[in-house]
Amino acid sequence: MQYDTFLGLDYPTWWFLVVGGLFSGYALLDGFDLGAGAWHLTFKKESSRRIALNAIGPVWDGNEVWLVIGGGALFTGFPPVYATLLSMMYTPFILFLVTLIFRAIAIEFRSKEPMLWWRRLWDIVYAVSSMLLSVLLGVVLGNVLQGFPIGDDKKYLGNGFWDFLTPFPIMVGITALSLFMTHGAIYLLLKTDGRLYARITVSLKRSITFFLVSFFITSLYAVIMIPKLVVVFKSNPISILIPAAAIFAVLNLPRLAAKRKYRQAFFFSSITILLIFMTAALNLFPNLIVSTLDESYNLTVFNAASSNKSLGIMLIMAAIGTPLVLTYTFFVYYTFRGKVQMDENSY
Amino acid sequence: MTVEILARIQFAFTVAFHYIYPPLSIGLGLVMVVFETRYLMTRDQEYRDLAKFWTKIFALIFGIGVVTGIVMEFEFGTNWSTYSEYVGDIFGSALAAEGIFAFALESGFLGILLFGWNRVSPVVHWISTVGVFLGSMFSAVWIVVANSWQQTPAGFRIVGEGLHARAEITDFWAMVFNPSSMDRLMHVWIGAFLSGAFLVISVHAYYLLKKRYVAISVRALKIAFPIALLFSLSQLFTGHRSADGVSVNQPAKLAAMEGHFKADAPADMYIMGWVDASSGHVDGLRLPGGLSFLLYADREKKVKGLDAFPKTDIPSQVNAVFQFYHLMVAIGMLLILLSIWGTWRVFSKGARQPRWMLVIFMLSALLPQIANQAGWFAAEMGRQPWVVYGLLRTTDAFSQRVSENQLVFSLLLFFFVYLILFLLFVYLFNKKVRHGMLLEEATDSRPKQDTMANWKNI
Repeated sequence: MQYDTFLGLDYPTWWFLVVGGLFSGYALLDGFDLGAGAWHLTFKKESSRRIALNAIGPVWDGNEVWLVIGGGALFTGFPPVYATLLSMMYTPFILFLVTLIFRAIAIEFRSKEPMLWWRRLWDIVYAVSSMLLSVLLGVVLGNVLQGFPIGDDKKYLGNGFWDFLTPFPIMVGITALSLFMTHGAIYLLLKTDGRLYARITVSLKRSITFFLVSFFITSLYAVIMIPKLVVVFKSNPISILIPAAAIFAVLNLPRLAAKRKYRQAFFFSSITILLIFMTAALNLFPNLIVSTLDESYNLTVFNAASSNKSLGIMLIMAAIGTPLVLTYTFFVYYTFRGKVQMDENSY
Repeated sequence: MTVEILARIQFAFTVAFHYIYPPLSIGLGLVMVVFETRYLMTRDQEYRDLAKFWTKIFALIFGIGVVTGIVMEFEFGTNWSTYSEYVGDIFGSALAAEGIFAFALESGFLGILLFGWNRVSPVVHWISTVGVFLGSMFSAVWIVVANSWQQTPAGFRIVGEGLHARAEITDFWAMVFNPSSMDRLMHVWIGAFLSGAFLVISVHAYYLLKKRYVAISVRALKIAFPIALLFSLSQLFTGHRSADGVSVNQPAKLAAMEGHFKADAPADMYIMGWVDASSGHVDGLRLPGGLSFLLYADREKKVKGLDAFPKTDIPSQVNAVFQFYHLMVAIGMLLILLSIWGTWRVFSKGARQPRWMLVIFMLSALLPQIANQAGWFAAEMGRQPWVVYGLLRTTDAFSQRVSENQLVFSLLLFFFVYLILFLLFVYLFNKKVRHGMLLEEATDSRPKQDTMANWKNI
């Protein structure tokens, strides 16, 4: 099929960028509230837990919208990819959805009853679901990078329930958790003060170490065991700067936190997430689903894209919608700027 | 076969559960906008109290609607992958438009609606409430457009053949304004307004029954009943228009709704009945020539019946379609009577109402819910055996890559989780209503935002 171009790039490539941008945006935004949730049980006092919960209170729902839009964008731009990926990864996606439900109701329902057991229970649900969602997101990304046993005509030749759990995706999952925990800790530093703040500065240091170790192990495993993931760096050595920049951005964090420059720290942890997504995108493009059996079975942005007309419509929608979404997002973050203040409307 | 049936059960179950909540969000959104507008106009604190109280209930409902809705989006990919590939070029754009134009609007302003009472001025808060309400209305637009496209496809062409066939968009606006979308959108919107209005009626009838918040409840009822009256009457027209459209675009569905089997004969209308699909016979109370009259204003006019179609192209569950359709219509009529009665009573007698009447209104919130569900079951079961009417069969649309084990696992999981969710919802809703409204006199003694304790010092 012939595709139009805009600013020198064809529509499918544009749409690849849009989908990538939406999923990175989702990871960047929901990443901090998932990460904040993962720390929840380390806060011991009721008042600390409420502050931590209200730090994400007005924004977590808006952050999840990026997932909905990202899913819709993948569906509309590359329907065979959406269909193949979600049905192959059935178990993790169903677990993801169910965990998402549990997390949402934990946030909503936790503070609706005063009983200690009730709050403890929902605190556990909230923390565990936040961690599990972070890991599952990483697991799916790991699977996408690793490729699937996919044959002619998009036939899935894998089998079984637990196919999605192989070493590399699990490592990516743990790395995602560590990254989100770092990102979430910095967000909480922006939103809290006093003793809770002091506690989180310690947490941040630990999570940075956790991230660096898991990132290193995962990268090492990838380099040794999955050669195709380093091909792009061999053919285009300059691109190695992107993951390298991610490491540098992370190494900045302890220094900035020590100087209480949380805004800059948050900027750098956001940059890290974006750079990691860029690395993944560099590895994939122009593929979206890689077959581990034969390259000719790959689903690429060109053989899996929607029609030129459909992509054109969607690009117009994205052009109109993006400023709107950014405006609401800015407005709500601006309204709830600064440290958490509790009132009778809080969770 | 089993995977298909399980996937259908799972989709029907998850979407039916989901659909308890969005109509309430839309309907309550409207009522909340009216309350806050009245507050801005009169600066009467009672309207603000009402808006605040309903915001809390709204939060409960909205949250469940969002998470169960995300499930729906992803289920297209997980369970209906052939369908997703077939319609993605068209359907995906509607879903993405929902996300970017509607969902982002409502979720963005939701934070301010819920937590911003002391943070922003009443006017900005009003704007946020309107934003959330409009967002939920726009959501309905795109979802109903996508679903209507499945019923009456337009603005597309088919590319490829056999298993590789797929629909490609040729005209975006023809897709959006496909033959059934606007009639069905009106019908869905109004169904949602009725759900919201009757929930408000139900809760404030309960307060009158318990002699709590009497004056403020009468005010709320004086707003909710006229809304119910206006929309229960308009639902007659949108319902009629929808049925008219179905007769043109999906004649087999209409025939199933009324149990009309004869290939080419005047069609009767049933008040109630029981269909024996194998013999093509309906037992029940009927108006001879009623359907012909409704469609063409002529009782003798012939209507195409189910026998005119190949057996493989008509819904297999004719009786179910018939029953759901008739249940919806019956409730619609009942809602008109209840709205007229309630409006008259509350405007003439205020708080002085007999107990039995308040009990009826307390239970009335269930009626629009049942009608919404029944209407959708009639619409979707009546569409069978097609998933995209006349183009793609449901049997060809499910995910071949998913195993029976996985489906049993996911179905049980959803069943279990939604059961918990529903019980929690009922428990918390009930508790919130019993706990009552936080009237502003009571909150005045609380610290205001500027004097609120700074957490640093605690």
